[in-house]
Amino acid sequence: MRYLPHTDLEIGAMLDVVGRKSLDELFCSVPEGCRCEGPMDLPEPLNEWSLTDHVAQLAEKMTVNHHDKVLIGAGSYHHNIPVTIASLMGRSEFLTAYTPYQPEIAQGTLQGIYEYQTLTARLLGMDVANASIYDGASALAEALLMGLRIGKKKPKVAISRAIHPHYRAVVKTYLDPSQYELVELPVDEDGRTDLSGLGDIDGLAAVAIQSPNFFGVIEDLSALGQTIHGHGALFISCFTEPLAYGLVKNPGECGADIVCGEGQSFGLPRSFGGPGLGMFACRDQFVRNMPGRLVGETVDLDGKRGFVLTLSTREQHIRREKATSNICSNQGICTLTAAMYMSSLGGSGLRQLARLNYDKSEYFKAQLIKNGAKVVFDSPTFNEFVVEFKADFRPIYTRLLEKRIVAGLELGRYYPELAGKYLFCVTETVARDVIDAVAGEVSTPPS
Amino acid sequence: MKKTPGRSGLIFDEPLLWEKGKKGRHGMSIPASDVPAAALPEALQGAGPDFPDLSEIDVVRHYTRLSQWNYGVDSGMYPLGSCTMKYNPKINEKVAATPELAAAHPMLGDEYVQGNLQIMFELQEYLAAITGLPGVSLQPAAGAHGELTGMLVFAACHRARHSKRTKILIPDTAHGTNPASAALCGYKPVPIKSGANGILRVESVAEVMDEETAGIMITNPNTLGLFETNIRQIAEIVHAKGGLVYGDGANMNAVMGVISAARCGVDVMHLNLHKTFSTPHGGGGPGAGPLCVTGELEKYLPIPRAVKDGDTYRLDFDCPDSVGRVHAFHGNFGVLLRAYSYIRTMGAENLKKASQLAVLNAAYIKEKLKGTLQLAYNRPCMHECVFSDGLQQEDKITTLDMAKRLIDHGYHPPTIYFPLVVHGAIMIEPTETECKEDIDQFIETVKLVVQEAKDNPELLRQAPVMAKMRRLDETRAARNPCLCG
Repeated sequence: MRYLPHTDLEIGAMLDVVGRKSLDELFCSVPEGCRCEGPMDLPEPLNEWSLTDHVAQLAEKMTVNHHDKVLIGAGSYHHNIPVTIASLMGRSEFLTAYTPYQPEIAQGTLQGIYEYQTLTARLLGMDVANASIYDGASALAEALLMGLRIGKKKPKVAISRAIHPHYRAVVKTYLDPSQYELVELPVDEDGRTDLSGLGDIDGLAAVAIQSPNFFGVIEDLSALGQTIHGHGALFISCFTEPLAYGLVKNPGECGADIVCGEGQSFGLPRSFGGPGLGMFACRDQFVRNMPGRLVGETVDLDGKRGFVLTLSTREQHIRREKATSNICSNQGICTLTAAMYMSSLGGSGLRQLARLNYDKSEYFKAQLIKNGAKVVFDSPTFNEFVVEFKADFRPIYTRLLEKRIVAGLELGRYYPELAGKYLFCVTETVARDVIDAVAGEVSTPPS
Repeated sequence: MKKTPGRSGLIFDEPLLWEKGKKGRHGMSIPASDVPAAALPEALQGAGPDFPDLSEIDVVRHYTRLSQWNYGVDSGMYPLGSCTMKYNPKINEKVAATPELAAAHPMLGDEYVQGNLQIMFELQEYLAAITGLPGVSLQPAAGAHGELTGMLVFAACHRARHSKRTKILIPDTAHGTNPASAALCGYKPVPIKSGANGILRVESVAEVMDEETAGIMITNPNTLGLFETNIRQIAEIVHAKGGLVYGDGANMNAVMGVISAARCGVDVMHLNLHKTFSTPHGGGGPGAGPLCVTGELEKYLPIPRAVKDGDTYRLDFDCPDSVGRVHAFHGNFGVLLRAYSYIRTMGAENLKKASQLAVLNAAYIKEKLKGTLQLAYNRPCMHECVFSDGLQQEDKITTLDMAKRLIDHGYHPPTIYFPLVVHGAIMIEPTETECKEDIDQFIETVKLVVQEAKDNPELLRQAPVMAKMRRLDETRAARNPCLCG
């Protein structure tokens, strides 16, 4: 076995040193009753070439794959990833290191995360970003828990129904065993969150809004923020598509206290939903209540600038059960990847790319409307939008699938009131002829 | 005079990203627009972030230089206790990058993603076979996330039994994240002291276990690298009072194919795929912390899970007792792929051999260094051994000094000052992928450092001097936090 370097002779010599006769005898402290009753039931080992063949067979079973145009976003987006990123993030000095506990030999990771924190804070318009959380959903759950900590005795949090349904599910899971109460806020006919009921909720610690929301709708964050603050609650702004902030106002500018969301769009493949990274940022005054790792600037003995993990007194290994969270890792290499992507795009590139995504989806909307479909929500959207068709869309969906186009996500499973309506997404990866093909099918009567 | 980029040898200096670049440079290509420009209401528009504009080679050089300041497993031995820094096979990276698998959108219909669902289903089966616990959820994104999910399962089970429980037992030799994970589920941690030999005593558990206690969280082998030999009796006591047993499987690399968690009396256990199953640690993540449970508790696991119907696979959402979702989608699938690749490469026999050799390497180091460093507990160790700086006190040299000097000699230091039960702890976990001559060289180097502590202690106090940076001022970083440039 190529990963196990010991020869039999070496094993013998080492056993002699430790005074054991066999490898089994190394486990003499394990009581008989704890032991396996037989070998583990696993398939026979595969060599590199057989494994490659086996994986190729599994790949063939993916009938929708990278050759298809998948017009679904909903929290997982297809963007072009420059080849430089695979090359740089694959460098084993980054990939095979661990948490930078020894900063003198981990400055690559540390400076990389510090840069990530800075770019993220600038993107979101916030003072401080952490080194990332698992994903967008757990980031939102952590943000709400943070809101409850800051709100002290206030026992309730409210979240918009236009937040990604899976994120809401994760929040519910996190809050379920606690005594805190979770309130869901309705969506109005424009696809925006309706805060008119906020005054009826006592003891509200925080309110979470997603923008662009699950329907792609850009919320009027400034107005929502004022209302939320008017009710004495913290304003949490969440996102699944950070690219939007290249074009639309960032949440910090709109008054958000905590901003969190998914960063997969920034240089990471969809990878069946993970790994991505939970981006997480807040205002300066809340830093000590923030979960997750932080990298800070300092100097070494010679006075040279360097970076270390810092403010760890918030964290579980020191504060134990009183910690701000149980999280003790971050998304590591995904964080660096996001920074590589942001720096490859630059400010100018991010603006241009966001603009392109916006223009494509507006064009798509216009073509669908021209062919008789209706866009369900009137508000401005970024990247994705909800469509209603005159007739049953399923036969058209099937025809498009034959042309290797996955035409959107049917919403009935997530919002029963939107059954039969579809959420579409287009990014820079979708050419005009694909959009035209979809629009063309919509106008063609079913055969 | 302006500083040149060169330093000693080929360690380059490199500024921060925003200290480089010129407005208008591009680091990646953006397709030209093939649609008309559309208007967006002014009120919603922002200025876009203040990012530096860099060219492609600016970015490539920047990250290449940064990477050269890092120490990874591919650079050398990384005996960081409790972290299982074993070799991360290259083929796993290739498997994870398979375009058909990696490009998959997580909300496609089951019929279009049979390959990925088969991998998830089979990995669930393999982890069940390895632990002896039949119910597996792949959703938790890290070890601590698995712990939290496990505690959610505890809470759901007790709620279903109409049994109100407020406390949880946590020995002082358990992993550091355990108390915070339990606290998130409303459980108050009750610490238990381990016995004089580093092993949890049955009586200590019996004294505190009651019907208001949800159960116990045991790390086995524990953070001293010792097998909790009383685990079965402890499990019986906990079960007799209606409690559940959580086994923190972070140290599974010591016991694959040797122990059965189920036979130990463990009800719930997470595994760290980034430790035991060779997926890279990535400078702190992403990991994966799947949760394995008994048949009785399976119904509480997060949804969805992959199931097999005849020859096809599907995601099963129909679990009314489930704790719900803990991840937006299916967990860190890219990490799961790497672990799948590792298990298929190894098979049962080699996994067991890996554990045996991990224990052999640790036992060998323990034996060879026990006069040089003070051994914390003289008992058979599993995959790691714990020493302290007790013998260096007369030289006024600390664990930290020795760790930093090891850097000058080309090693990543062991874990230091953990576990907390050992004052000045030095926790060494060599893993099975280090060969005998590398282990011997490490042992000789530790001996050399200890000799230097006697002959020239200032060398240690000033160390490291050969790394990119000298010791960094962590107090200053915490007192005046500068977290954003």
